Amino acid sequence: MKKLINDPVDVVSEALRGMAAAHPELRVDLPERIVFRGDAPVRGKVGLVSGGGSGHEPMHGGFVGPGMLDAACAGEVFTSPVPDQMLAATVGVDGGAGVLHIVKNYTGDVMNFEMAAELAAAEGVEVVPVVTNDDVAVQDSLYTAGRRGVGVTVLLEKLAGAAAEEGRHLAAVAEVARRVNETGRSMGMALTSCTVPSAGQPTFDLPEDEIEIGVGIHGEPGRRRVPAAPAREVAEMLVEPILADLDFTGSDGVLAFVNGMGGTPLLELYLMYGEVASILEKSGVRVARSLVGPYITSLEMAGCSVTLLRLDDELLRLWDAPVRTPGLRWGV
Amino acid sequence: MSATAGTAGLESWIRAFAAAISAHAEELTRLDSAIGDADHGANMARGMTAVVAKLDEGPQDGTAPGVLLKQVGMTLVSTVGGASGPLYGTFFLRMATAAGDRTELGVDGFAEAFRAGLGGIVARGKAEAGDKTMFDALAPAADALDAALAAGDELGAALQAASRAADAGRDATTPLLARKGRASYLGERSVGHQDPGATSAALLVAAAADVLA
Repeated sequence: MKKLINDPVDVVSEALRGMAAAHPELRVDLPERIVFRGDAPVRGKVGLVSGGGSGHEPMHGGFVGPGMLDAACAGEVFTSPVPDQMLAATVGVDGGAGVLHIVKNYTGDVMNFEMAAELAAAEGVEVVPVVTNDDVAVQDSLYTAGRRGVGVTVLLEKLAGAAAEEGRHLAAVAEVARRVNETGRSMGMALTSCTVPSAGQPTFDLPEDEIEIGVGIHGEPGRRRVPAAPAREVAEMLVEPILADLDFTGSDGVLAFVNGMGGTPLLELYLMYGEVASILEKSGVRVARSLVGPYITSLEMAGCSVTLLRLDDELLRLWDAPVRTPGLRWGV
Repeated sequence: MSATAGTAGLESWIRAFAAAISAHAEELTRLDSAIGDADHGANMARGMTAVVAKLDEGPQDGTAPGVLLKQVGMTLVSTVGGASGPLYGTFFLRMATAAGDRTELGVDGFAEAFRAGLGGIVARGKAEAGDKTMFDALAPAADALDAALAAGDELGAALQAASRAADAGRDATTPLLARKGRASYLGERSVGHQDPGATSAALLVAAAADVLA
């Protein structure tokens, strides 16, 4: 497997070094592997900390900056960061108003953030965690680890970040975050596998003529394998289970997000967005805002995911608020 | 064969576990590729390498077993990440607390500490028997240690029984449907694959049997 790397064990630290060089407006703690806002901690503002395994770029480090995250912890590829990092990030962004932890629902992420929150509490920093679990591909039952946190995480980091930037209290920022998670749903698919640098082999075998529907963002297999199909049919396979899970026909409309998994060109993502928009129109779902591009990726996996989020006046305003990060930037 | 394990014995156990992880890293990652995210071998190898580096730094002579076990647990929590870091880390931290100020662990002390470590894994990971996790290898081992204690066996014999029980528990994960962690997303497709966490956990018990028996 060819990759633009040096030694597989140095991938994350060397990528962070490059990020620090490219973005002098950020402060990158290379030994701790934390990307901070350059002006952190912002006095009186609720701090937003997220983090997770690397390999999903631009999430999370690319979403650090005014209007979004205050810090992001980078784990090894597809591996949760450790509590020490999360604690250092939490203490480093606490401007006296408390800290929101944005955690994707994966067993490792949840456990490490739990340990970090316990340690932060012992140091006198108030932490409220919000766990995202928007992936409708996973049955939410006692017999699974629960739904995975995927595309909604990107939207939540933007919307809660805007709420924090307005100077709201921790409880109010957390309320926005929970509402976003509760009213957003996602579904993904893969055309190809990804290859974890340290493993050197594709995580799963997907024959040339098959696609994986309901795939996760770590190459975890999804609901089922089906024969490769035209984009129109794939869009239906992604949108239909989302619409079956939650009503999106409200008059305030939705944010429709077509996300690239890392190895799919924008040409195809926009083509997919067109198909998704047609299905939504036929289904009586009004699109108020859109986002198209690779924002929560799975290394070089080809494929995409669709996320729908119910909007209301407040969320619309928070979405349109200025944001200045390497990954999302508008209004500034 | 010795009747008890002191700090030096436990250090040998940890070093033997690190060697076993290193030798089986590719196998663990291969098992994790099938039902997880292909990183268990690399993560455990990174953690145990850090643990061994800590052991190499300072002489553990005169250090109580509890202090050694705590250092192992803290290092794993700080270096492994994923689910394995908090779970293995908590196992050793709870073992350390249970070992207390003891200078030597006999069958009773080892069984008690091992049971406490297992309790920590359950508290952190909420796993139950048959969920297809490391619990399924460690719980039978804890039961075997208790049975050996009741039968009046020595530590060596007890650990050998525990290792056999852990291996059997590991093998028994293959037909199970995963209910915890990333493997649970697979549903029926997790059936037929041996659990990587149970596999590394069986290596942990086997290392104790090899070195302390």
